[in-house]
Amino acid sequence: MNALLADAVPAPPAIGPPLWLLAELTYRCPLHCVFCYNPVDFARDETELSTDDWLRVLREARALGAVQCGFSGGEPMQRDDLEILVAEARRLGYYTNLLTSGIGLNEDRIGKLKQAGLDHIQLSFQDSTREVNDFLSSTRTFDLKRKAAALIKAHGYPMVMNCVIHRMNIDHIDRIIELAVELDAEYLELANTQFYSWAHINREHLLPTRGQLQAAEATTNRWREKLGARMKIFFVVPDYYETRPKKCMNGWGNVFLTITPDGTALPCHTARMLPGLAFPNVRDMGVREIWHHSEGFNRFRGTGWMKEPCRSCPERDVDLGGCRCQAYMLAQDPAAADPVCDKSPHHGLIVDIVEKAQQPRAPEVETKPLVFRNRKESKELARPF
Amino acid sequence: MAINSSSIPRIGHGFRLQWEEAQQAHVLLYPEGMVKLNGSAGEILTRCDGVSPVDAIVAALEQKFETTALEADVLSFLRIADERHWVEWS
Repeated sequence: MNALLADAVPAPPAIGPPLWLLAELTYRCPLHCVFCYNPVDFARDETELSTDDWLRVLREARALGAVQCGFSGGEPMQRDDLEILVAEARRLGYYTNLLTSGIGLNEDRIGKLKQAGLDHIQLSFQDSTREVNDFLSSTRTFDLKRKAAALIKAHGYPMVMNCVIHRMNIDHIDRIIELAVELDAEYLELANTQFYSWAHINREHLLPTRGQLQAAEATTNRWREKLGARMKIFFVVPDYYETRPKKCMNGWGNVFLTITPDGTALPCHTARMLPGLAFPNVRDMGVREIWHHSEGFNRFRGTGWMKEPCRSCPERDVDLGGCRCQAYMLAQDPAAADPVCDKSPHHGLIVDIVEKAQQPRAPEVETKPLVFRNRKESKELARPF
Repeated sequence: MAINSSSIPRIGHGFRLQWEEAQQAHVLLYPEGMVKLNGSAGEILTRCDGVSPVDAIVAALEQKFETTALEADVLSFLRIADERHWVEWS
């Protein structure tokens, strides 16, 4: 029996460095976006790591070979010590990225961040129009974002503009790209909503039709031709319209390390939803120990954990079975094949959801309100996704 | 632009070139991304200092590796690097 198991279970792969460190500094956020990827129950525990804890995490991860550092949240500008953390990250040799809504970015702060050595700022918009931007984020922030964009350019930063795309704004994509041109962005990420966390709750409102998606891609391609090298446009298709899963996070515990505001270390920013996995906290364990030896990081590394149909699939090394969270959310089993894959016995669930999205909205969807991400909803919903 | 032996390359705006001990390689870092460079790409890009023209870079490489006739290879790499915005020209 043991011999058989040893034969069937491939040797664990060599573990490379966590090249990407995502520091989710806080879940506090002035916006209330309906597609936010923060856990639905983020308000369950609002403790945050201290400045010293973060400095230690930065040093330990860098020593392991981390080289890209993203400061995210929530809204990372809500942390008063952001400049201190950026300065240390830059000193250690990270390429430092700030992922922000732009709220709180003023002349004084961007000056200090620049001085601290911040390499790059990614600014998010919710739409090209004030009305939809402000509605989707449940704030009046459109004009503030435009001001933030001007500050970013004035300080000589390359600008990555990010806009989450979904059923309610996908038809504005032409105008969204035009806005990116006006703001002189070097990179534009048109990231179709993936259905985790708050977007999962609001899925019926957010999943576009196939027609919308095709039109948006065609528009994007027209702009790509027109703009050439002036702007690089990324267009991310929603998983639900694929028949093979993505190689989620480029492999579990392969290159990504996320640290949540309270210090929990995760292989991706939504993995905390998975049941039966103990994810370590950086207050209890060093980053090296976490990355190499913790159960949470080793559980889905490589291919040894796979069941059928992944286990014998010729493409198993291409996509590594897809996303564990999607498998859990849709098939109630984190070790199942990602149901996005049409070889998955649960793929019919995706087909049904997508087919439903082609219909004009059903009356019950029209009456089911959008749920905005805020503390009150988080406490009431009190569930991981 | 036309790139020739008197052109002067430097690392592109928003990119950073550095040696990574953990990867035993030079890498180019840019917003949310990284290119791991092979040995010769690293040797060329570390010499793109915004002062040295291509012919001086070629001479330095030929001396270091005790060889000749590297110019065509260096130019063809720099043309690719230019397309990808890894380098700019002074």
